[in-house]
Parts: sequence; C-alpha cells; structure tokens
Amino acid sequence: MAETHSLQDLRQAAVASKVFVQRDYTSGTICKFQTKFPAELESRIDKQQFEETIQTLNNLYAEAEKLGGRSYLEGCLACLTAYTIFLCMETHYEKVLKKIAKYIQEQNEKIYAPLGLLLTDPIERGLRVVEITIFEDRSIGSR
Amino acid sequence: MIIRKPTRKWEKLPGKNTFCCDGRVMMARQKGVFYLTLFLIVGTCSLFFAFECPYLAVHLSPAIPVFAVLLFIFVMAMLLRTSFSDPGVLPRALPEEANFIEMEIEAANGNVLAGQRPPPRIKNVQINNQIVKLKYCYTCKIFRPPRASHCSICDNCVDRFDHHCPWVGNCVGKRNYRYFYLFTLSLSLLTIYIFAFNIVHVVLREYRSKKMFHVDSLTPHCTVLEVLVCFFTIWSVVGLTGFHTYLISLNQTTNEDIKGSWSGKNRVQNPYSHKNIIKNCCEVLCSPTFPSVLDRRGVMLEDSSSPTHSDASAASTHKSSNPVSQTTKSSAPLIPNEHTPDEAKPGIGAGTQKSTSSPKGEKPPSPTSPNAVAPAVIKESTH
Repeated sequence: MAETHSLQDLRQAAVASKVFVQRDYTSGTICKFQTKFPAELESRIDKQQFEETIQTLNNLYAEAEKLGGRSYLEGCLACLTAYTIFLCMETHYEKVLKKIAKYIQEQNEKIYAPLGLLLTDPIERGLRVVEITIFEDRSIGSR
Repeated sequence: MIIRKPTRKWEKLPGKNTFCCDGRVMMARQKGVFYLTLFLIVGTCSLFFAFECPYLAVHLSPAIPVFAVLLFIFVMAMLLRTSFSDPGVLPRALPEEANFIEMEIEAANGNVLAGQRPPPRIKNVQINNQIVKLKYCYTCKIFRPPRASHCSICDNCVDRFDHHCPWVGNCVGKRNYRYFYLFTLSLSLLTIYIFAFNIVHVVLREYRSKKMFHVDSLTPHCTVLEVLVCFFTIWSVVGLTGFHTYLISLNQTTNEDIKGSWSGKNRVQNPYSHKNIIKNCCEVLCSPTFPSVLDRRGVMLEDSSSPTHSDASAASTHKSSNPVSQTTKSSAPLIPNEHTPDEAKPGIGAGTQKSTSSPKGEKPPSPTSPNAVAPAVIKESTH
C-alpha cells in the first residue's frame, strides 16, 4: 500500500514516471478526455475513482463550451461593444477554467497526493493531455 | 540589490512569432503588409473625414460622418484584435509527452524491418460516423487535433486553422476567426459607404455649382483617389466576405475548402457541420470565447530548464498571468522585442509561396482611418 504523502512532500519526492491521458475526439472538437484507465496506474489508484475524476473534468469542460442562450447573449453583447466588454468582464470559459483549477487542486490534495500521484491541469499542456505524475513509492521524511 | 525583470514565458516560446507589449500582443514576423493595410484604411478614411465629410455634414446630414466614425472605429478594433491575438496556437509537447507518444507509436507500429520505411504516423478517429485522420506533427511532436494545421510561416500548430493572412499579419484560427470575419464584413460596409458618399459628394457639387470644384482644388484629387481605392477594395473585400459567409454557413475552414476535405467525393461529408445554417453560424460566431492556452505572460522560474513543473509552480504562474491580463490596458506603442528586424515584404506573393493555405485568404487593401483606437484594442493577452 502506498505511503501517505501530502502535496508538500511530493515536491521533494522523485518522479518515477508520467502518464498522459489523451483527448477523446469521438464527439468532435470539444474538449473531452479519454476515460480509459491507464495500465500504469493500476497499482496506485482505484479505477472507479480515476474515471470519476476524468468524467467530472469532461463535464466541466462541456459546461464551458456549451452553446446556449447564455453564450449567444455574451457573444452578441461583446460584438456590440467591439469586444471591449472583456476588459472588465471575464468570459464564461475563463470562469469555468478557474473552477476546473480549483477542482484539480482539491482532487490532488484529497485523493491523489496521498497516493503519490499528481494531476496537472490540462490548460498547462494546451488542453491536449491530462498529465499524471507518478512519484516513487517510498516513505517521505519532511526533513 | 538588483531587481531583475522576471523572464516571461513568451520570451522562450518556440515558433516564429513576434511579441510586443511584454507578451500581450502576438503577431507573425512579417508585418509589412499589415502596415500597408493600416495605412490604406487610415489614409483613405482620413481623406474622407477631411474633405468630404464637412461638405456632406452641412449639405446633407451630420449623421453621415458620425456613422462613418463609428464604423471606422469598429473596423480598426476588429483588425487590431485579429492581428494581435493568439489565433489558437497549440503549445509544443514537452519532452516527456513527446517520448510517451513516440512509445505509443512504436508499440502500434510493431516491428519494422530494417531498411523499410516506418508507416506514416496517423491516428484514425471516428467523428460523427466519419473517419477523420489525425496527422502527427514532427515539429510540435503531437498528433494534431482535428481541424488543426501547422502554419509554416509562424511555425506553430494552430487549432481550427483557417489560413495565414499577411494583410492582418497573423494566422486566422479558432480564437480570432470571428474577429477576422467581422473585420472583413465591417470593412466591406465601410468601403461601400465611403464609395457611395464620394459619388454623392461629386454629384451634389456638380448640381449646386455650375463651375466644377472651383472652391477647393485639392478635393477632387482626394475624391478620385478615394474612389479608386474603394473601387478595387470593394471587389476583393466584398468577395472575401461572401466567401467566408459561405464557409461559416457550412462550418468549414478555408484550409479544408482548399484541400477539398469535405467536397463530397467518396461520400465524405463534413462531420462538424450541424447541417443547419443558423446553427453553424451560431457556433462559429457566437460560441464561447476560447482562452489562449499559451500563457505568454506567465513568469518563468529561474531554474525552469528542467521540463517538470510541479503543481504549485504551475498554479502560481497560471494565477499570475490571469489577473495581469485582466488589468491590461496599455496604450504603449508597438515595441517589437524580437531581434529579427521587420522585413517589409509587401505583396501577396510572399505570403502565398510559403503559406500552407490558399490565396483565397488574401485580402487587398481597404480604406482605413487614422488614429487612436488604442485602449479598446491593445489588450490582448488571454483573449
């Protein structure tokens, strides 16, 4: 069983390997990641847990890119003001990205760091992959 | 104590882009034709405001110059927005990601006999009952997402790549396509407007005074100049607007149109189209504004020669870039930071030879007007 780590400890731990969860393009160009469980994580984390994390991320991105009344309204309003409105206002997508960043941090603190794993926010990788860093499984002393 | 200016990420970005205003502005290297576009628009409009507008305001209606000013401001805002924003550049794969993908490819290819060429790196994806091939980009070391393409002029993979437009000095891609379209549309309107009122002006003057143009000897020359510029511009810009309207209604890019990706041969159809013109237009023009994934203004760590970024540093750089971008409103003049001097290479030829996209993306000069649109426009960082 993996040792319990905290996010702080992980910074001093050695990186064993990295796994990259790729994008799932079967629904088109929307941002969606594959929920297939990578083999390298089999010994580290529960498949169910992992799939749940990815699915939540997918749902959040879908919310960001949703075409609906709100996005049309935002688009039209922005166009009428020659897009100067974005000087004072955040776009809907950016608001959801903040939500996603918070969610990932929370997941890292609660679930992944104690198992010696670290999720990287996909925005850091151009929304191409979810990078999961696997740290060496050893006891960490904080000294 | 020496306070060093922090190194921002844009300074280390690969690719052949020019960055200005400390990473807020992003353009292609060759900007000569862009300056020509600016000059033509600003020049023609200033002539219009100086010579035709006073007469028209007095003899017809003061609303005429007012509307022209509004239209001009909109055109400039759209032009600068298109030129200065990140078109949707996909960052290159970091070494670990590149290695991971290589391993996957090798595993998929199996054993290749010595001396034989390895099979092309292609992934097949089924989108909407259509098989789409994702190609591998050797420069960026990634499998390109659907609709992305590598621009050889900017040396970047761009998401939903439309074409590289030398007239705006930038690629046109996912993030700035709507601004580009609005630019051509508003420019068509502005050109037609100026052209029409020039004609009206000439006709009015002839009607009211029997001696032609005796009042001001400079006006007729300006009018003729404006009419000429507008005439040639109308043909090209209006045509281009029409072409892009057609593309939008079908949810296609210029790149796909040129390559004939969805031309219908072999029953190949566009899997991205909603088969409904209104829906396609809404998606292209009114979809949520996509943020830039480049993080140009993030601060680079001093020891960031190692590719691994810890979550904490990533979070802090992400946070630092966000608030800064929101407060931006610098009206600083363009200060190119790139060492490459501007080679003014006007003309369509330069762009077309090297560009991966077609000449249909070209746009001839259009009348422009002068002046300060600065605050509205130079705010490009995450937008």
